[in-house]
Amino acid sequence: MTQNGQDRPVVLEARGITKRFPGVVANDNVSLKLLHGEVLALLGENGAGKSTLMNILYGLYSQDEGEIFVNGAPLRVNSPHESIERGIGMVHQHFQLVPVMTVTENVILGNEVMRRGLLDRRQAGQRIREISQQYGLPVEPEALIADLDVGAQQRVEIIKALYRNADILILDEPTAVLTPQEADDLVRVMRTLTAQGKSLIFITHKLREVLEVADRIMVLRGGRVVGETTPAEATEASLASLMVGRTVLLRVDKEAARPGAPVLEVRNLQVRDDRQLMAVNDVSFEVHAGEILGIAGVQGNGQTELVQAVNGLRSAVAGSIRIAGQDVTLASSRTVSELGVAHIPEDRQRDGIIASYPLTDNGVLEYYYREPFARGIVRNEQEVTKHAQDLVTRFDVRTPGVHVSASSLSGGNQQKFIVAREFSHPLKLLIAAQPTRGIDVGSIEFIHNQIVHKRDEGVAVLVVSAELDEILALSDRIAVMYHGRVVAIVNNGDLSREQLGLLMAGVSLTEAMVLQQ
Amino acid sequence: MAVEGRTPEPAQPAGFRAFWARYSPLFVPILAVITALIVGAVIIGMTGGDWLAAYIGLWQGAFGSPRALANTVIRSTPYIICGLAVALAFKSGLFNIGAEGQLYAGAMCAVVIGTTLQLPPIFHIPMGIVAGAVGGAAWAAIAGILKARTGAHEVINTIMLNYIALRLTDWLIRSRQPLLLGDPLDTSSSRTPFIAESMRLPNIRLGETTALHAGILMAIILVFVVAWFLNRTTIGFELRTSGTNPNAAKYAGISVPKTIVLAMVLSGSLAGLAGAGEVMGVRYAVSTDFISGVGFDAIAVALLARSNPIGILFSGLLWGALLTGARLMQVRAGISIDVIRIIQALIIMFIAADQIVRWLYRIPQRKPGEEVLISKGWGG
Repeated sequence: MTQNGQDRPVVLEARGITKRFPGVVANDNVSLKLLHGEVLALLGENGAGKSTLMNILYGLYSQDEGEIFVNGAPLRVNSPHESIERGIGMVHQHFQLVPVMTVTENVILGNEVMRRGLLDRRQAGQRIREISQQYGLPVEPEALIADLDVGAQQRVEIIKALYRNADILILDEPTAVLTPQEADDLVRVMRTLTAQGKSLIFITHKLREVLEVADRIMVLRGGRVVGETTPAEATEASLASLMVGRTVLLRVDKEAARPGAPVLEVRNLQVRDDRQLMAVNDVSFEVHAGEILGIAGVQGNGQTELVQAVNGLRSAVAGSIRIAGQDVTLASSRTVSELGVAHIPEDRQRDGIIASYPLTDNGVLEYYYREPFARGIVRNEQEVTKHAQDLVTRFDVRTPGVHVSASSLSGGNQQKFIVAREFSHPLKLLIAAQPTRGIDVGSIEFIHNQIVHKRDEGVAVLVVSAELDEILALSDRIAVMYHGRVVAIVNNGDLSREQLGLLMAGVSLTEAMVLQQ
Repeated sequence: MAVEGRTPEPAQPAGFRAFWARYSPLFVPILAVITALIVGAVIIGMTGGDWLAAYIGLWQGAFGSPRALANTVIRSTPYIICGLAVALAFKSGLFNIGAEGQLYAGAMCAVVIGTTLQLPPIFHIPMGIVAGAVGGAAWAAIAGILKARTGAHEVINTIMLNYIALRLTDWLIRSRQPLLLGDPLDTSSSRTPFIAESMRLPNIRLGETTALHAGILMAIILVFVVAWFLNRTTIGFELRTSGTNPNAAKYAGISVPKTIVLAMVLSGSLAGLAGAGEVMGVRYAVSTDFISGVGFDAIAVALLARSNPIGILFSGLLWGALLTGARLMQVRAGISIDVIRIIQALIIMFIAADQIVRWLYRIPQRKPGEEVLISKGWGG
């Protein structure tokens, strides 16, 4: 806070914030100063206490100890209402918008402008246009939220805060849902906002963005502030080690792939989604033994349905799927799994694990009926327990025991447990959907290395991820999906990060090549 | 003594609070029963009755003599078996409101076997039991298949199947032209013929009207079989997994529609067994005023035990005891038997709204994932 802090006033200050939850100290004597017109990045792993701290600042929680000052005056009663009144706004990671309402209606919700007892939509719309122009946030006030893309919805969230005269904006993981280009746009918006006197707190775990946009960086670990630095003094590696508390390998160390015979062959596949719309349209690709094919794309471009079709969880409308030479287009998920296919589902809470079950039962979720876990229909509890203990030791899952429910584990440890389970059987094909979503850097590194290790054993690997960095780190070849189609399949390294980003946004391959030149 | 009248909390040993925090959630059902009895006493008191005499009568009527005890056991048997039926469905994520209809279906099938065949008891009794199970299973399967195939909600369909079963039974019994299942010798045409002696369950007579039959043994065996089946077999695992998280079950390769049908079939067969047990042990026939309401009260019995089979043994006994003791309570204190129904309703309300009980007795709130699974929401 040295070179930036000379002349700028402090707009928000937290002193000695401590917040305890049963069994955990979520924030331990955390102090923070936000200066006028700066971007303060708050970096930390899941469970480091970032969200708790922000929820305290926004008034959703009250702190056990410590004080908060806004423009030098203490903030006493903790409620979002007061925080909003004092000029603090928050853009949540999960948007708080009503899809069937227009932009204007969403923005004024809870803060309606009335004229003679009626809503004054026109005046509200006028103000929204002003804000939109002033800060470079293009949005059409009359549009329905449901018709807007994710980037535009996020702009509405920001406008909502600005409409309530927020001078301090808290952005909670704002880039998690954006394409690389949309993320760049957001960075531009953040610059405009600070140039016009707004102060921002930017929560993230993406190191690259922090270095790009922040004025100052604060790192939290285990509820404590473990470091404060500036982008000039920090590198991605130094920030990562601060976050994790040890040196982290950011690049996955892997040798060139030695691809063998094709294991997964998808030909002209067509799959419909739940609304009967064509979600996967004429998709063909192969994954060979000993290689990793990464499927890049913004979420909701058909990746989910593609993976479900391959796994036998959704039936194809046309085309064929072959695994290890066998046609499985119409096979059940159990048939597919018994061919030696493991699947790390994209939504682990919903599909991968049963939160109320102990780890023992979760460890045999797919293989509960097989020897040695069962004989006939009778379960062998000893073997089930032994198996869970084995998974926990081999993958270093942090848990007090195997008989506790899965819900008592952190997200990273749940994911490690799922990966351990999926890896515990002889494999031909591994399908990993968003394998590291929402988990900490340390676990990401571990899971990436395990996936590469499987590849080196000769397993064919299909990785689906919305994180381009993850695709780039893991893949040998990359397929880009856009609107249900595979728009390009290239070797990793043939295209730049930016070119891939353009493909993900729907620009054609030839155009992407030209635009980059 | 007066000193101890103050709030006892500071005087408690330090270990007690830790013990209470850890184990007290297990006592919620018991505390719900106690609370309901206290509120019941207040209601009796407010209406000018003598609550103490009433409760003493209730206790003695249910447990006061070997005969009272036997009556309680007889009364409890169908609640226990039917409670298991509802609990098995709960564990599979299904709300089987149709136990009543399945019980009738099972009872009618048992009557058919009992009135048409002549066999030695060693074959006839098992055949009656199997007939009851099959009848209940078939009736429940309708709702199961409808849900698995079309997604039709089992709550609606089992309620409708209850009506159909009840009315169908009524018609089968009452119809004279053609004579279906009614007893031609019964002038009021309100029951079926009695089943053959060879299909009646063995019993021990205690006095003129009390015959403690072997049905309770069947109930106890079923309690342990259901507990073992749910927790120690792969099929039980499939049922529980589909019930807890159908998405994860699908990903694990479990066929959820098949599991739904299986769960309904098993649940219905238990309800059918309860009906067969009543025919073979108590009534020896199905009358138009058969044991109505058991299938509905079974939902309460299962809820009170939180679908734990061992717990159902006790909640079923409690239900039977309350109903058996009510008569002596009425005689002793001159209070309507309806008070027992009020107390039963209060018990269920305190179970459903267990936050009240937790607040009253300083029991820690539920943690996420600890909620009592009752059923998926509508259309779920």
